[in-house]
Amino acid sequence: MIPAAFDYVRATSLDDALARLAAGGGSAKAIAGGQSLLPLMKLRLARPETLVDIGRLAELKGVRRLGDGRVSIGGLTTYDEMLRDMTLHRYGLLADALPNIGDVQVRNRGTIGGATAHADPASDMPAILLALDAEVVVRSVRGERAIPIAGFFQGAFASALEPDELITELRLPGGREDLGSAYRAIEQPASGYSIAGVAAIIGARSGDRWGFCSVAITGVGEHPYRATAVESAILGGASFEAAAAHACDGVTVASDIHADREYRAHVATVQVRRALEAAAARLA
Amino acid sequence: MTTDMLGKRVKRVEDQRLITGKGRYVDDIKLQSMAHCAILRSPYAHASIRSIDTSAAKAMPGVLDVMVGADIPYNPLPMAWPAGGSAGLKNNVNSPRALATDSVKWTGEGVAAVVAETPEQALDAVEAIAVDWEPLPTVVDAEKATQPGAPQLHENAPSNIVFEWSVGDRDGTAAAIDGAEVVVRQRLVNQRLIPNPMETRGDIGWYNPGTDEYTIWMSSQTPHIQRLLLAAFVMGVPEHKIRCISPDVGGAFGTKIFTYADYPIVLLASKRLGGRPVKWIEGRRESYQATIHGRDHITYLEIAGKRDGEITGLRVKTYANLGGRLSTIGPGIPTTLYARVLSGCYRIPHVFAEVVGVYTNTVFVDAYRGAGRPEATYVVERAMDLFAAEIGMDPAEIRRRNFIAPDKFPYENPSGLGTASGGAKIYIDSGNYEPALDKALAMAGYADRAAAKGEARTRGKYLGVGLSSYIEVCGVAPSKWIGAVGEGWGAAMWESANIKVHLTGKVVVTMGTQPQGQGHETTYAQIVGHELGIPMEDIVVQHSDTQGTPFGYGSYGSRTSSVGSTAAIKAAGKIREKARRYAAHMLEASVDDIEVDGAEYRVKGSPDKKKTFQEIAFALDLAFDAPEGMEPYLDETAYHDTPNCTWPFGTHVAIVEIDEATGKVDLVKYVAVDDVGNKINPMIVDGQLHGGIVQGVGQALWEGAVYGDDGQLLSGSMLDYALPRASWLPNLELDETVTPSPVNPIGVKGVGEAGAIASTAAVANAVNDALKPFGIRHLDMPLTPQTVWKAMQAAKGAQA
Ligand SMILES: Cc1cc2nc3c(=O)[nH]c(=O)nc-3n(C[C@H](O)[C@H](O)[C@H](O)COP(=O)(O)OP(=O)(O)OC[C@H]3O[C@@H](n4cnc5c(N)ncnc54)[C@H](O)[C@@H]3O)c2cc1C
Repeated sequence: MIPAAFDYVRATSLDDALARLAAGGGSAKAIAGGQSLLPLMKLRLARPETLVDIGRLAELKGVRRLGDGRVSIGGLTTYDEMLRDMTLHRYGLLADALPNIGDVQVRNRGTIGGATAHADPASDMPAILLALDAEVVVRSVRGERAIPIAGFFQGAFASALEPDELITELRLPGGREDLGSAYRAIEQPASGYSIAGVAAIIGARSGDRWGFCSVAITGVGEHPYRATAVESAILGGASFEAAAAHACDGVTVASDIHADREYRAHVATVQVRRALEAAAARLA
Repeated sequence: MTTDMLGKRVKRVEDQRLITGKGRYVDDIKLQSMAHCAILRSPYAHASIRSIDTSAAKAMPGVLDVMVGADIPYNPLPMAWPAGGSAGLKNNVNSPRALATDSVKWTGEGVAAVVAETPEQALDAVEAIAVDWEPLPTVVDAEKATQPGAPQLHENAPSNIVFEWSVGDRDGTAAAIDGAEVVVRQRLVNQRLIPNPMETRGDIGWYNPGTDEYTIWMSSQTPHIQRLLLAAFVMGVPEHKIRCISPDVGGAFGTKIFTYADYPIVLLASKRLGGRPVKWIEGRRESYQATIHGRDHITYLEIAGKRDGEITGLRVKTYANLGGRLSTIGPGIPTTLYARVLSGCYRIPHVFAEVVGVYTNTVFVDAYRGAGRPEATYVVERAMDLFAAEIGMDPAEIRRRNFIAPDKFPYENPSGLGTASGGAKIYIDSGNYEPALDKALAMAGYADRAAAKGEARTRGKYLGVGLSSYIEVCGVAPSKWIGAVGEGWGAAMWESANIKVHLTGKVVVTMGTQPQGQGHETTYAQIVGHELGIPMEDIVVQHSDTQGTPFGYGSYGSRTSSVGSTAAIKAAGKIREKARRYAAHMLEASVDDIEVDGAEYRVKGSPDKKKTFQEIAFALDLAFDAPEGMEPYLDETAYHDTPNCTWPFGTHVAIVEIDEATGKVDLVKYVAVDDVGNKINPMIVDGQLHGGIVQGVGQALWEGAVYGDDGQLLSGSMLDYALPRASWLPNLELDETVTPSPVNPIGVKGVGEAGAIASTAAVANAVNDALKPFGIRHLDMPLTPQTVWKAMQAAKGAQA
């Protein structure tokens, strides 16, 4: 449980951090809360030559409302800071998920940028960002770009992020009065990560039809994904139960010592139904 | 005026230091010029070692030494408790060496050790050692390992069998089963557990070239035993040339009783470095592969009886997985400590148990909290429920019907130690089981369970209620049993205490036992304070160092409060007697006329003629006025060999709710009524019960070591091995009955293991009860959502 040797530098500014990452050419890695990176290093599964500590860059912290009504969360904002932020309280799915991520220490240190960049196939925040159709704002010495979350997660621990890029912001839609949202997960008891975690947003009901539905699932596939088959079934008038049956359509369902394919696929459908029910209940 | 603290909820004197980070564990000890050791562990579960190339490692920065098996001049580690004891039953023994020489038998067996200036350098160099492996076929399941065609681990152990041992009345039990009205059979798996004390193991070895003496700081429950075993069996160094020190120990649960490879490694490493101390600290993942595991039984159970609920026979065949080589007392656990208490608190006339100890390509298995008794309790408590279900009887009723009646004590059970060859007859000396059952049922609202089940169904839940009535063997053990030919381990098990009263009246109590978090510094001070009539604050309790403590066998088997405390009481009695004689001298009275009231020594009939304990200690230390023939100073040592073990008992009730959609089990209520006799400190007793209960619940619902068929430990870290968390548990509702133990003056029984012994079966019974509507009879643990859901699915499919 001792990492291999590495150099450590504390970035003095975002530009300083970006310059160091660029200079490192892949052998330098940013460290934010260290809640994913340090365990990997201690197991010697990750061996960065240089750690660029971005943990004190105030410019990457905090939640603010943008001019266009969207909400921006700084990449370095911790789970705990998000839990305490009043602007975020209206997002039912965040309120459901945040208190159950890790423990107090993990929430004090772990950041939304780190969770997104790490692209763990079972972590919670990616499903929430997917359901919200968030935008990932990243920066490097080469400039800034905004990546739609829909194409961000590409595989287990693989994303659209380049090695020299940092996530500076996550931008969420402003939130609509006619939508309700919820997050439901069944946890792998040892790690606390989701065997199946489901973020659901539903609403804009007119007559007997839902006008809006967004469902994203983590823990089940190679990477967190939007369950589009569930969404279209709902929009097409299917019951929650019937729609939930499509939770794993087209997905290669993961299997491990805690949950085999059959069980994981089953609980994904249960959690989809429960998340939809809870999201709909919030509308009432 | 002194306040007598015996039996009071006194806060633990250790806690101030331990919970503010001021404890001193092995890793906190930093010695001048200390070097650091890391161990290369086998990546294969079964392989021959063709060659090991350490040249690259030796050339790495900071590296001082690299050792392989051939460099170790010592014997293999001792195996001290064969099945059947020293009575002659054949045990095919294979013990680990400090470092493996020709082959490895489990993933994680040590093959080389690096010593370097820093721990980081040592680990880096471990990675640079090149081993030429020849992988061999593996087997991890104990039952499969005994079957024809299974990979063979050791030449001297055909079919991988360590021993085949049996106990009880073979023919009588067979007759009882063959002629019974009802027989219920079930295969039960008591899964392998990985112990997780907060502090992993670790040690510092120091060879002193000036005196040719060895000192080892070790996170151990048994410093005296380790000195003995290292000296006499492993290193061939005289016992008085080794000193073992166990500083604060951060939990153990049995794992730190044993002799481990790292002890001789750090001592030899220090000697090879000319006396630089060498530290080795175990990582958590390393701990999962280098420190013993617990349980791992496969049992075929048969229980026979009458339609009216009377149980007439119990027969088991158990395959006990002992790992790739044997740990220190591995074979003793699934034999003596398991099969001899199999019938628990029940009067079952015919009991027969057959135990097959088996080698597999897994970490060695040894005593883990409860050690054999949780496995036994699980068997008999599942058996009672299965039998009750078969004849349609209430599980509480069948227990009540078969309890050993209170007037039957002392009671000798049919597979008990009374039937052992040689040695002492050990009998169950006391018990009164029904009041504990009744109290637990009342607290749990047992009578209303049908309504509770109905209410749960309205919420999509299946509610289940599970009972576990248990007895435990604590306060191990009379030397005339454990030390004798027969089933003993060939060493004694008495305890020791020394009390010194200094000139200022302050008292130092030095014990042979060894705490690992139980609060001995508090409880012994309560006892000695009570005996001598002095405040706890005037007493300090010392332990843990073979230099300066009287020989003791250490702390495990819930023995300290019964055996250790009695030694302390005896030593205090000697102190009091001498003080009384001296008081007589000071007060110019005859000894018979001195009466002792707390710290006051008075002449009968003349209440103002008196001396305090402190005045006596002062005068006896200065000693200018000591009478002819009286030695100065109050300093007494006592040894205590217990006449019997102690026998706690009780009933636990668990209530669970199962989510039909996911199979997830929630423990919603837990009631425990335990009879641990009188209590020295009820708060510490509660704490021991809390921890033990939660550990047992962990086995029922979450914990389980998982090996791949290739012998890789898939649950190899806390990311995959699920330990219980506080938020998953309801408030534990504790109560008691009190039947004082007759074997010691305080009437205590011991409580370190009780919770873990009872709770696993209670929760497993509750889950199985909840699943009755599905026609499910039995599910093996851990009762994870997937296991439960799949069983419900299969049952629904079968019913449809
Ligand atoms: C005990 C424990 C329990 C946990 N339980 C859960 C759980 O229940 N659910 C869950 O979802 N997660 C869980 N986690 C994981 C946790 O959520 C993530 O580890 C954490 O959020 C990652 O953020 P961090 O700041 O610690 O990232 P770090 O560990 O510092 O970094 C992780 C990766 O992201 C990169 N990185 C960090 N910040 C940025 C950035 N701004 N831009 C680009 N790259 C960046 C790093 O280079 C590294 O590759 C748990 C972790 C632990 C230790």
